[in-house]
Amino acid sequence: MSEFNLSQVLETNRSFVDEVIAESGQDIRQCYQCAKCSGGCPGTFAMDYLPNQIMRMLMLGMKEEVLKSQTIWVCMACNTCTTRCIRDIDVARVMDTLRQEAVKHGYTENGRLVLIFNDVFLGTVRSYGRLFEAGLLMMNNLKTGSLFKDAQFGLPMMLKGKAKPFPHRIKGRREIKKIFDETKRREGK
Amino acid sequence: MAKYALYPGCSLETGGIEYGMSSHAVAETLGIEFYEVPDWNCCGASSAHMTDHLLSLALPARVFALAETLPVNEMVAPCAACHQRFAAVEHELQDEDLRRKVNSLLERPYTGKVKLKSYLDVFANSATLDKIQKKVERSLKGLKVACYYGCLFVKPPKVVNFVDDPENPQAMDNIMRALGAEPLPWPYKTECCGASLGMTKEDACTKLCNDILRIAKDAGADCIVAACPLCQQNLDMRQISVEKKYGTQYRMPIPFFTQLIGLAFGLDPKVLGFKKLFVDPVMVLRKVGVA
Ligand code: SF4
Ligand code: SF4
Ligand code: SF4
Repeated sequence: MSEFNLSQVLETNRSFVDEVIAESGQDIRQCYQCAKCSGGCPGTFAMDYLPNQIMRMLMLGMKEEVLKSQTIWVCMACNTCTTRCIRDIDVARVMDTLRQEAVKHGYTENGRLVLIFNDVFLGTVRSYGRLFEAGLLMMNNLKTGSLFKDAQFGLPMMLKGKAKPFPHRIKGRREIKKIFDETKRREGK
Repeated sequence: MAKYALYPGCSLETGGIEYGMSSHAVAETLGIEFYEVPDWNCCGASSAHMTDHLLSLALPARVFALAETLPVNEMVAPCAACHQRFAAVEHELQDEDLRRKVNSLLERPYTGKVKLKSYLDVFANSATLDKIQKKVERSLKGLKVACYYGCLFVKPPKVVNFVDDPENPQAMDNIMRALGAEPLPWPYKTECCGASLGMTKEDACTKLCNDILRIAKDAGADCIVAACPLCQQNLDMRQISVEKKYGTQYRMPIPFFTQLIGLAFGLDPKVLGFKKLFVDPVMVLRKVGVA
């Protein structure tokens, strides 16, 4: 963690904290720093900051450090933190909001793989109405540049009749496209 | 006769095909009727809620709205990840403004008429549990099982409306007991398996799987019983990488709870999709004398 002037950072980034609170609907000011969220989090071994540290950093206005962290991309949305928080804060929802904030403010480096995956996943849903698994695997590998990743899974999946070579197209595809386009438009993206 | 709308979700027809097969076979024996939601779409899973909040609500809301056209009051989603998305809709769309906003995106409005029910509860409620016990023809006596609930079926309890203890659930354990099997006490029942990191941070996912497999093995389990197609696939298929990375040899079969119910009912293991499992379930089958 680099050195910085706390009161100055706090002043310039106050609006960011408010934004996170408004977007997530979670009053992170209620956090006691009891660290129960971190104690039960299964992802801490791969995180740079613990979930309770992220909460504290938010309060201190450390926008960049939070949005650049590995933590928000390691979080698996398992909801253990939310289940256990003694202050009734939906920590997992805050993590969700932070991922979206990171995209909005252009801090996507650490989240590259997750963002590609989500994009390709939702791309198949937008086109067909349902997830097309084989297409997801292929497109994901193409876009991430790891062509043979999970190749050990592909063939056995086919042999067991667990992977379908063609997508299933639902009837309400136009409706699904509308949902995608409208939500995107309303969020002003 | 119990009737439910069924949301299979994308994985029940692909990676978790044996879950679908065994669910149907067992439901038929028990007189449970499932009506597949017509023209259902993907719930968006974690990709949607990580991307856009409104999108993550509208996709499952369309499914609920379609379920409302069926002659049922309740809907089930056998995948924990789907279940959680539907639970989020039910929970959040109590807010009138948000409901109006979501409905303006849909062709058919979501009214909340059809309620979400936990798939485990369909089998673990006391009436069905009684029925299950009476239908057992091949007791699973001697089979030591570690019931694995995963994270999203039980957490967060306020949202998923899980009727059980989120830290030490019993629903599946009770089902196993009714079948004659021995559910073991073990501490990783609801510990996350990291499936969502499988394609993005594989190392982290492999470690989480290893922890779960190791703890189950140490507890003396013959198999880990799964209730979520994503957890099952992750723990089953990934054992190759786990064993390579950690130099272990678990060879731990990961059957679905519905497969074990069917086995105890005396149904053909083929109909129950036992051949679809990656880790050979032969030791499970042998215990009941069908292999
Ligand atoms: S559990 Fe809740 S109160 Fe405790 S540190 Fe985490 S967020 Fe703060
Ligand atoms: S939701 Fe994320 S932060 Fe919370 S416990 Fe799970 S992995 Fe950790
Ligand atoms: S245990 Fe794994 S697959 Fe199951 S719900 Fe949790 S993350 Fe998803």
